[in-house]
Amino acid sequence: MGFERVDEILDRYGHRHEALISMLQDVQRLENYLPQETLQYIGKRLEVPLSRIYYITTFYKSFSLEPRGKHIVKVCLGTACHLNGALQNLEQIRRALDIREGETTGDKMFSLETVNCVGTCALAPVTVVGDKYYDAVTPAKVEKIISNYSGKAEDAAGEED
Amino acid sequence: MPRVKKIKTPSDLETHRQALVNERDPNKRVVRICCTTGCRAGGALNIVEDVKSELAKQGLENKIEVKKTGCRGFCENGPVMAIEPEDIFYNKVKPKNVPEIISETLVHGKPLKRLLYTDPETKKKIQKEKEIPFFGKQVRHVFSHLGTIDPTQIDDYIAEGGYGALTKVLTTMKPMDVIEAIEASGLRGRGGGGFPAGRKWRSCREAPGIIKYVIANGDEGDPGAFMDRSLMEGDPHSILEGMIIGAYAIGAHEGFIYVRDEYPIAVEHLGIAIEQADSYGLLGENILGTGFNFRIQIVRGAGAFVCGESTALMNSLEGRVGEPRAKYVHTVESGLWDRPSTLNNVETWANVPLIINRGAAWYAETGTANSTGTKIFSVVGKVRNTGLVEVPMGITLREIIFDIGGGIRKNKSFKAVQTGGPSGGCIPASRIDMPVDFDSLKKVGAMMGSGGMIVMDENTCMVDVAKYFIHFLMYESCGKCVPCREGLKQMHEILSNICEGDGEKEDLALLESLSAFMIDASLCALGGTAPNPVLSTIRYFRNEYEAHIVDKKCRAGVCRNLFEYFIDEDLCNGCTLCRIKCPEEAVLGEKKKPHTIDVDKCIRCGICYTLCKKEAVVVM
Repeated sequence: MGFERVDEILDRYGHRHEALISMLQDVQRLENYLPQETLQYIGKRLEVPLSRIYYITTFYKSFSLEPRGKHIVKVCLGTACHLNGALQNLEQIRRALDIREGETTGDKMFSLETVNCVGTCALAPVTVVGDKYYDAVTPAKVEKIISNYSGKAEDAAGEED
Repeated sequence: MPRVKKIKTPSDLETHRQALVNERDPNKRVVRICCTTGCRAGGALNIVEDVKSELAKQGLENKIEVKKTGCRGFCENGPVMAIEPEDIFYNKVKPKNVPEIISETLVHGKPLKRLLYTDPETKKKIQKEKEIPFFGKQVRHVFSHLGTIDPTQIDDYIAEGGYGALTKVLTTMKPMDVIEAIEASGLRGRGGGGFPAGRKWRSCREAPGIIKYVIANGDEGDPGAFMDRSLMEGDPHSILEGMIIGAYAIGAHEGFIYVRDEYPIAVEHLGIAIEQADSYGLLGENILGTGFNFRIQIVRGAGAFVCGESTALMNSLEGRVGEPRAKYVHTVESGLWDRPSTLNNVETWANVPLIINRGAAWYAETGTANSTGTKIFSVVGKVRNTGLVEVPMGITLREIIFDIGGGIRKNKSFKAVQTGGPSGGCIPASRIDMPVDFDSLKKVGAMMGSGGMIVMDENTCMVDVAKYFIHFLMYESCGKCVPCREGLKQMHEILSNICEGDGEKEDLALLESLSAFMIDASLCALGGTAPNPVLSTIRYFRNEYEAHIVDKKCRAGVCRNLFEYFIDEDLCNGCTLCRIKCPEEAVLGEKKKPHTIDVDKCIRCGICYTLCKKEAVVVM
């Protein structure tokens, strides 16, 4: 692909090196991850060593250097979620999707991630799929949540209110 | 929002405020719907749309006002809405309730009993928000606008007296007067250490240098704490006003708000607030015609807990990796780009307009001698009313957990409360009557931190809790210094062994000596306070560690190798639910006859335990 949209982002921040993290965040939104060619391109345009870009993108958790699935399943592992059984939910999701954290399903439909805390601790345990928050998740509810997105049960998608 | 020309003088602002107040009809019916993250998860935005379209259909859109507000803190019962002037408070509203809410309550002012709060003890329905015990004991100063104003409308904030403190500062106070007022108020940092804010401001003002910065820390990394999110989403202008006042006091012209990337609504609302304040002339060049200039930029974090640490945050603001710096040079002298910088947590900034408006003496009346004012806590975990509460400093744990929080869920027994996030500690049930303030918490081996309060019951394993925090910190350690990086890794290994049944008697002494070393030798507070969860759980729950190590038992039913599920035949009614749902076919038994669990097949996934309505599945 061309880098027009990347250029747009770099221009918006005036190519300022101190805005590198913000630029990378915006660039990641384009494809849900940061492809290697894009990072090389950014390095050249900003005259920043590629090592520094990789230092940043591997230090901060919100960056992904691998392609991610259509739906990103984020299991919150905050303290309130942990106490209310988040790990049991995580394990059930691993079983349902047959992947582990940081991985993407073969059909590129789901990526599984864990987050430290999404700040909705009163609704614990919470799992976020895309931008939809599921509260009070239990291992028994996992299958239904996943089926909302897997395409196998299209009609189940509208049931969550 | 009606376009208002730049407000050029303090008296123009007052005129504008008066006009806004006069426009209001106190008898007009208003419905305020919480639209921040928690209630949105429950469908609050759909409810707002449904209410608006239905009102439009009935030609009532000009008679009844619909407001999207910030969080009232009662997230457990969300989505919530309040209707005025009748003062009706609805809980757990669903989109399907909307037609009835409109026809009964919005048109006729009649409350719908079903949607009112039910007192769990008396089963009585409570109509008014203030009469619900959760709200009754709170003192909502910092939170006073949350749930009333629309955070995306600067006029709402101004109508409530917003930016009045700024006017007062710019027209009647010298920078040193402001610093003295903050010092006299006793305000201490709400983000962690509790450092006196006034002293920080004074050092920064006195530090040599022409260019200085103010920074708001909205990184809120402590898992279990979400008051900063709530403030940024629900009352962003109070944070901006606090920062402008702070900038004036220390002599800064540029400010930054560092917000977690996980908080998209906070970023959005802060952005709108800055834009509006800018267009009104409350930010930018020549604020209110006084010649004072100040700009604020939002910078999003990128998911690194250590960036809550001041020097790491500043590195991140500079576009670098968020590794802390050694702190022999204070950031008030050499912080962001090596210039004097004042960094406060967003809750601290939101306290500033209050102190200026109502005076330091008024402020210091609330709380204790060394911990003045109120503090917002997120009371979560195994407590009945989870949510955000604002209480005076010095209130007891019992009042927070039992009176406001409504006690422990499912009538289980209270075991401990964890405060202060991963750097904090666990306080056992025996200390339930202790006062909650900066110094008392420190004395029992915990800390205030940002105000997370995680309530634990008999089903919480304290060794697992310690392991949880160490695991968390192990992944969040930046790796720059050895004591933190390696110490956490070793601690995690020891704790994992204990939880898996491979613990040895010497492990506790080893954990304690490792802790002492990390406290002494770590570069920043992350490593220096990391042992707290381990030390406080060993101090108060040594018997649980010993049960894991010696008896190889986890009585809370958390550590999988150390317990088994079994079905109480007297309680089981043979409903077959657990048998059907068991992924390993480990549950045996016929319909309407007591079931049993095949221990060898059971993977202790917990499905049967959480599903059983008879509570017949028990931990052994």
